[in-house]
Amino acid sequence: MKRLAGFYLFAVLVALLPVAFPHNYFVTVVGVTIGINAILAVSLNLFMGYAGQISLGHAAFFGVGAYASGILTTRYGVDPWLAMLAGLAASGLVAALIARPILRLHGHYLAMATLGFGIIVNIVMVEAEGLTGGPDGMTGIPPLPLLGRSIDTDLEWYAVVAVVLLFTVWVSLNIFDSRAGRALRAVHGSEIAARTLGVDTAAAKSNVFVLSALIASFAGSLFAHQQSFISPGSFGFFFSIELVTMVVLGGLGSTFGAVFGAVVLSLLPEVLVVLEDYEVLVFGAVLMLIMIFLPQGLFVGTVRALRGIVARRAEAPVAGEG
Amino acid sequence: MLEQLLQFVVTGITVGSTYALVGLGFALIYNASQVVNFAQGEFVMLGAMVAVSIVGAGAPLPVAVLGGVAATTLVGIALEKLAIEPARGASVITTIIITIGASILLRGVALLIWGKDIYALPHFSGEEPIAIGSATVLPQSLWVMGVAAVLVLAVRLFFDRTMLGKAVLACACNRTAAQLVGINVQLMLTLSYALSAMLGAVAGVLVAPIAFTSWDAGVMLGLKGFSAAILGGMGNPMGAVAGGLLLGLIESLGAGLLSSGYKDALAFLIILIVLVVRPSGIFGRAAVERV
Repeated sequence: MKRLAGFYLFAVLVALLPVAFPHNYFVTVVGVTIGINAILAVSLNLFMGYAGQISLGHAAFFGVGAYASGILTTRYGVDPWLAMLAGLAASGLVAALIARPILRLHGHYLAMATLGFGIIVNIVMVEAEGLTGGPDGMTGIPPLPLLGRSIDTDLEWYAVVAVVLLFTVWVSLNIFDSRAGRALRAVHGSEIAARTLGVDTAAAKSNVFVLSALIASFAGSLFAHQQSFISPGSFGFFFSIELVTMVVLGGLGSTFGAVFGAVVLSLLPEVLVVLEDYEVLVFGAVLMLIMIFLPQGLFVGTVRALRGIVARRAEAPVAGEG
Repeated sequence: MLEQLLQFVVTGITVGSTYALVGLGFALIYNASQVVNFAQGEFVMLGAMVAVSIVGAGAPLPVAVLGGVAATTLVGIALEKLAIEPARGASVITTIIITIGASILLRGVALLIWGKDIYALPHFSGEEPIAIGSATVLPQSLWVMGVAAVLVLAVRLFFDRTMLGKAVLACACNRTAAQLVGINVQLMLTLSYALSAMLGAVAGVLVAPIAFTSWDAGVMLGLKGFSAAILGGMGNPMGAVAGGLLLGLIESLGAGLLSSGYKDALAFLIILIVLVVRPSGIFGRAAVERV
């Protein structure tokens, strides 16, 4: 019970927000974007935070899911749920195929390989015009049917995305404490040490890579149906970087840190609209400042600092008596 | 067909020379500090942009070129002093993000100053193409190749023949040992950022007459330079040069013979294959894992 206390608190918060602010733009409209970004950040954190690897191409899997849904529903009239499944199969297959060779690489080489993969997928989206609509993207992606009706209001989408997000967070938290999670954290610490302890590090890394690709693909399908329009720009190098930033901003290895990072970075452009041309500049500056002065992340850093204060408060009276 | 091939090779070497300079910048910083500087592409853009502005203000081209390179070198030094030095000892991922933040910041600054317009510098010496057999080459392409070759040679001599160059290399080998023999490690790191910013800016002003420049022109150039350095084996400066030339050739031939839309995809695909087959790059030594 105590182990998942944070999760229950989070679930209540997610459920209460639209009740407390039913017509708030930031909750119902931006909330859906935040939710999808949070799902992506949590999935990327499985790979980066738990296993200590780096991926600069996570947006590619998000894009594969979105385009699978987009292409199959609009061009071939496939049922949205089946299209989503096809997207999952495609993402999982691609991830499984490239996992072993790519994950033998470390550090900058792994960064380059994942970056290259992401860019290749993005270029295919732009160039395969007959299938993807090219740089203009594709429109008219049908809404998602659920329980005999279509999901089309902001509030309904909020509910769907919230449920998927909560499930993702729950899975992520449970993996952390599981045998597989401990294996991943061992890989993070030292791959060689993990191997000597009998952890199949190659399998551990490739499994978590495939899992994070599957979650991203699912989020991509949701995104396609929710927006009803997709274009390659949403799945490029910059979005991959933004996702990495979300994870690192919150604090690598922390599920709620990833959610926090997603919330902050998704809200930032909304808030920075006031600053218009300064938006890019401020975004870069924020990124640098946090990494330089709070390298363990804003969320994790703050939580640690608060815990420190609480612990000191608790000790204080004892010290006074002595 | 053969003439066409020759033309692709000429174009490939021109483009490849810029990638080589950018890649050399990556390798320089990596060599001195094991940091991959994702803002390297922005140095290229800044050098060209500042030069364009100076020309616009009515100054002669050589002054503009020197001004662009000098301003960018200062930015490189500032980046090292303000962002890399305070975060010393951070993890690989953290430093990658810091330099990515720096690249976004520099792009934002460029957007504010120059807007979204596309700029070009005047050609250094005329625009009359020179015929080489059946292929033609712009005088500017010769400038690109020539200056790149001279700089590569200069960097090589700097590391092989000068005390300063050897001191930078010593920092890369073992920072503590370098400090013990009296090398000012911090100064060497700053120097490596200054040098790589300078190389990037030179690449920028060289290609600005033929490839133009804009606030976001640094992104692809940076990625290609990074690829060149990786292809050559990170930390091997001459490997980065070879990697850059190879990348330029692959792209030019790919664009000419296969499809221009997929040329970038082809370049990255080949890098992926190289990484999978030879994880340390073509010219890199196989890494020995330290436990």
